[in-house]
Amino acid sequence: MHWGWFIAFAAVLLLLPLVIDTHTPTVLLIWALFALSLGLMWGYAGLLSFGHSAYFGLGAYVYAIAAVNMGESTVPLMLAIVVPAAVAAVIGAMMFYGRISDVYMSVITLVVTLILFKFMNATAGDAYRIGDARLGGFNGMPGFPTLNVPGFPEISLFGTPTYYVCAVSLLLCYLLCRWILARSFGRVLVGIRENESRCAMMGYNVPALKTAIFTVCAAMAGLSGCLFANWAEIVTPSVFSLRQAAEVLIWVIVGGLGTLVGPMLGAAVLGMVKLLLGEQTTIDNALILGILLIVVVLAIPRGVVPAISAAWASWRRARPRGVGAGGARRRLGGAGAAGGAQGRG
Amino acid sequence: MSAVLETRDLTMRFGGVVAVDNVSFSLGERELRCLIGPNGAGKTSFFRCLTGRRDQGRTSGEVLIRGQDVARWRPHEIVQLGVGIKTQVPSLMNGLTVEENLWLAARRVHGYAGAGNVVQEVMAELHLGNLARRLAGELAHGQRQVAEIGVVIVQRPWLVLLDEPAAGMTGEEIDRLVNVIRRINQTAAVIVVDHDMAFVRMLASNVTVFHRGAILVEGTAQRVLDDPRVRDVYLGNRA
Repeated sequence: MHWGWFIAFAAVLLLLPLVIDTHTPTVLLIWALFALSLGLMWGYAGLLSFGHSAYFGLGAYVYAIAAVNMGESTVPLMLAIVVPAAVAAVIGAMMFYGRISDVYMSVITLVVTLILFKFMNATAGDAYRIGDARLGGFNGMPGFPTLNVPGFPEISLFGTPTYYVCAVSLLLCYLLCRWILARSFGRVLVGIRENESRCAMMGYNVPALKTAIFTVCAAMAGLSGCLFANWAEIVTPSVFSLRQAAEVLIWVIVGGLGTLVGPMLGAAVLGMVKLLLGEQTTIDNALILGILLIVVVLAIPRGVVPAISAAWASWRRARPRGVGAGGARRRLGGAGAAGGAQGRG
Repeated sequence: MSAVLETRDLTMRFGGVVAVDNVSFSLGERELRCLIGPNGAGKTSFFRCLTGRRDQGRTSGEVLIRGQDVARWRPHEIVQLGVGIKTQVPSLMNGLTVEENLWLAARRVHGYAGAGNVVQEVMAELHLGNLARRLAGELAHGQRQVAEIGVVIVQRPWLVLLDEPAAGMTGEEIDRLVNVIRRINQTAAVIVVDHDMAFVRMLASNVTVFHRGAILVEGTAQRVLDDPRVRDVYLGNRA
């Protein structure tokens, strides 16, 4: 891992609020975290969830509901991670132990998020409340307490502090992903992506491993949903929408599957494009994002980051010997022969 | 000789088709057995029953591995008992190198620290050194066969199930494979499913002949090959 890049990136995140307003960077970090969670699951374990936004939305709603009822944010934040993870564990176990995979898995996950979308849209009226929290139907849930210093509900973390919470969350989740991929667990996930049935015939419990990574990624998506709720200060059913579900897929594809940096970069850049386009009314955002996706898929099918990595590697190979230090990075790590199995980003 | 693997009244149906018909079979400790038979005889279906890969097939009867009935178990549970499985079509992780394929197989059994050494031993044994850094997806069919056998034996199993291991191999590779299987057989019971009679003769093992999903005859290779029933159903005039 290139720690220098990581430290430089962390330093940029730390210093950014000194230079620009944090409102937009905050949501870009949140989307990057959301894309990272899908990127880990899809790019490394080969699990394409078309409805990953279900866990993003659950995280947002669970946080909002719990925050209204508890009047503070610490426990709701934890619930926003735990509840989507638990839901994913149940759905994942049902799918993977039921030998559902590939396109069927994509369809089921999409259906789950669309059911949640329909359901939350239909929750207008006083009857739909959990404790003190009214679900609000298509109008959503505004006015819930945002993040506060743990143990001090009166000290709000709104604004730049929320930015730092998002930045730290993203960095920690990135490190978590790298840690997972460096462990045997992560390497076996890559093996599952490559050939599930061979993995089973190596003695690995494939359904359990798939359920585990599905759960971990849902927890990360739940966290990003919770942070999004805090940034937007309102949660609406659109967090479960088809558009939300498709956007994150586009971010990951454009950024580059099989890398961790790619999905984050894709989310940040395309998220920024989306925000900029939001200021105009001539063309629908989705149309432009769709065109961008088609262009990228045709021009660089593996995505931006893998293409840059490949170009960089080929440039280094082309350089005369002795100019560069170390030469091309070996595919196999020193600790284990499968060091390269963790992927390329 | 105590049975390492035993089936009792094993039947496998695909709808109205009986692929394995009431088969009772026994394999002794460190025995080498070849399963042969013409196409459609039920060898591979029987093999699938042994390895937990039943798919859409409905099975009945018992599959006992060291006394445990594994007829309803999944492949990974059977492998965890110490069983190595090589499938008919070479099944490797195409996007990983040969060395990575072997390492993943070895890691579960030998742990993170011990896997590397075992991988190197097996690669030397199978002459895979020059293919170590090649992606499995880039290998020729015969090379894939050898690599998959490497994936099996790197787990150091005590029961090895090989489905058509010699298919697509050159004569030299087959000679080497015969030696490898004999070496495996020094520490493990082995079942080889194949229809290459020259290969079966080279192994000089006990042979079970399948016909129409059932066992037709069992015995030494020579005895089986001399059996007129076997000639009738399988060998014809070629033997």
